[in-house]
Amino acid sequence: MRAARRTSLEVVAILVAAVVFIVPFIFMFVTASKNESESADLAFSLPTQWTVLDNIKEVFEARDGILFTAFRNSAILTVVSVTILVVVCAMVGYVIQRRPGRVANVANVLVLSGLIIPPAVVPTIWVLQQLHIFKTLPGLILVEVAFNMAFCVLLFRAFVAAIPRELDEAAMIDGCTGLSLFFRVIFPLLRPVTITVILTSSVFIFNDFVNPLYFLPGDENATVQLTLYNFLSQFNTQYNLLFMNIVLVTIPPLILFIFFNRKIVAGMTSGAVKG
Amino acid sequence: MVMSSRADEARPVGHRDDAGAGRPARKSPRATGVRNVRAHTYPYWFYAPAGIVYGLIFLVPTVISFYFAFTRWTLFESEFIGLDNFRQFFSEQALVSGLRNTLVYAVVTSGLKVVLGMLLAVLLTGPIRSRGLMRSVIFFPVLVSTVAVGITFSVLLQPDVGVVSTVLAKLGITAPDWLGDPATALLSVALVDVWKGVGLATLIYIAGILAIPRDYYEAVDVDGGGAWTKFRNVTVPLSRPATFTVILLSLIGGLRSFDLIWTMTGGGPGFSSDVIASIIYKTYQAGFFGLSTAGNVVLFILVTLIVYPLSRYFNSREVES
Repeated sequence: MRAARRTSLEVVAILVAAVVFIVPFIFMFVTASKNESESADLAFSLPTQWTVLDNIKEVFEARDGILFTAFRNSAILTVVSVTILVVVCAMVGYVIQRRPGRVANVANVLVLSGLIIPPAVVPTIWVLQQLHIFKTLPGLILVEVAFNMAFCVLLFRAFVAAIPRELDEAAMIDGCTGLSLFFRVIFPLLRPVTITVILTSSVFIFNDFVNPLYFLPGDENATVQLTLYNFLSQFNTQYNLLFMNIVLVTIPPLILFIFFNRKIVAGMTSGAVKG
Repeated sequence: MVMSSRADEARPVGHRDDAGAGRPARKSPRATGVRNVRAHTYPYWFYAPAGIVYGLIFLVPTVISFYFAFTRWTLFESEFIGLDNFRQFFSEQALVSGLRNTLVYAVVTSGLKVVLGMLLAVLLTGPIRSRGLMRSVIFFPVLVSTVAVGITFSVLLQPDVGVVSTVLAKLGITAPDWLGDPATALLSVALVDVWKGVGLATLIYIAGILAIPRDYYEAVDVDGGGAWTKFRNVTVPLSRPATFTVILLSLIGGLRSFDLIWTMTGGGPGFSSDVIASIIYKTYQAGFFGLSTAGNVVLFILVTLIVYPLSRYFNSREVES
């Protein structure tokens, strides 16, 4: 009797959780599929008339196709930043783990600071201006690399610890040192954690709103999150287009999540636990 | 350590060896050789590419913020004005309430993430058939853009016509004007933050709970204890490392949180949901660069004062248990 009551309580809890976590996504999707007047009701209902394709077309045509520019910029930003992050953080993670000592201690403190300290905004803009890369995509790429570095180094460092040193020594005897040892022997072995780093940091950078807002203002440089934010004031009567934009921005992480669920979860929780 | 050259010779390759500095000049050729091998194999310049970017874009701005926070600053010239920015920060009512809101927001979100994360984790490690699917469903919002979540919920939470208010009205409950009422705005945003972030907390707890040896639960069974005893006396104390992680992570995130608040309320109505991070943005937009940087320094100090002692304390507790 008590067991039965407990199970039914659990069932209720699961149902509530399911509703709370799934309904907002269904709402996004149905609103994105409605026509303009129907979407203005803000109701949780099926569209009487599905206008998915029209809405996609219209949202891409809005403001001279700014969404195309935004997707292109976000793609470049994400791919280039993640590529740089993987290479430079793998190198740091390797040396930091293999060569303990005063230098490694300093590096470890810096990694922890990077996780905790909120970046100083205006001084960063000032530095970017001195380097003549403020309001440029390369500037924002460097910002994303710098701000995501600590997390990636943590993941790499933990993984390097699991690679036996004997491997380095064997490679050394074969005459490999430094760069060639790292890129020929170690880096290929880091593949699992490299995939995790690629997935988690792509999601972070693609979803980033604050840094583009500060460091890459302006329409010609729009990223998807900034465009979505600006659509909020522009489309405040066309909820169907606003939500179509939301759906489009949610699809890339959804695809990654469907295919790499375990990898992403592993990356986020292990990085979290060590931080 | 007084070392003969023999002892140095005996060191295996790659052995932990942070001597070098401050060691007597007398070195055997072999020891230098070992060190050279290490320098070749794990060269310090591997730090350089990352270090240059990190130094220029993160460390330098952090350090110089402690100077510019004391200036009136146009980005081209700066004039030293002492503590004026901070005086302004702590005397203007709007800015002071921002400080309080930041703390409220961080404490509420991390508290709820601990409680709900643990409950959901207990539920999803139990004998529920759909638990794999449910874990994914609860985790997915973590990966969705904050702006998208913010816009969606500001529509769902609209007064009268919004979905949440309509549902509550059907149940006979009059919903507040979630985001439009100064009394509820900040807490409403905090609840959405919990919706978005509790998935990560849940997964951290699931990992923690699955690591608890089954023997403890069996011991409770033998003693005739029920589910509550198991939860109270086994799950809660033994998932303490997970609790520490969740608290630290959500405090760090909550104290500097900006994008959700900015998309949902813009700090309003009035200044009722302004936090330090949104004040930094507003003062930056208004061109008060020195004041904005002072806000950054205040946030830096706040985060350090809260997170650093807490993580020291948590580490010491973890060593004990």
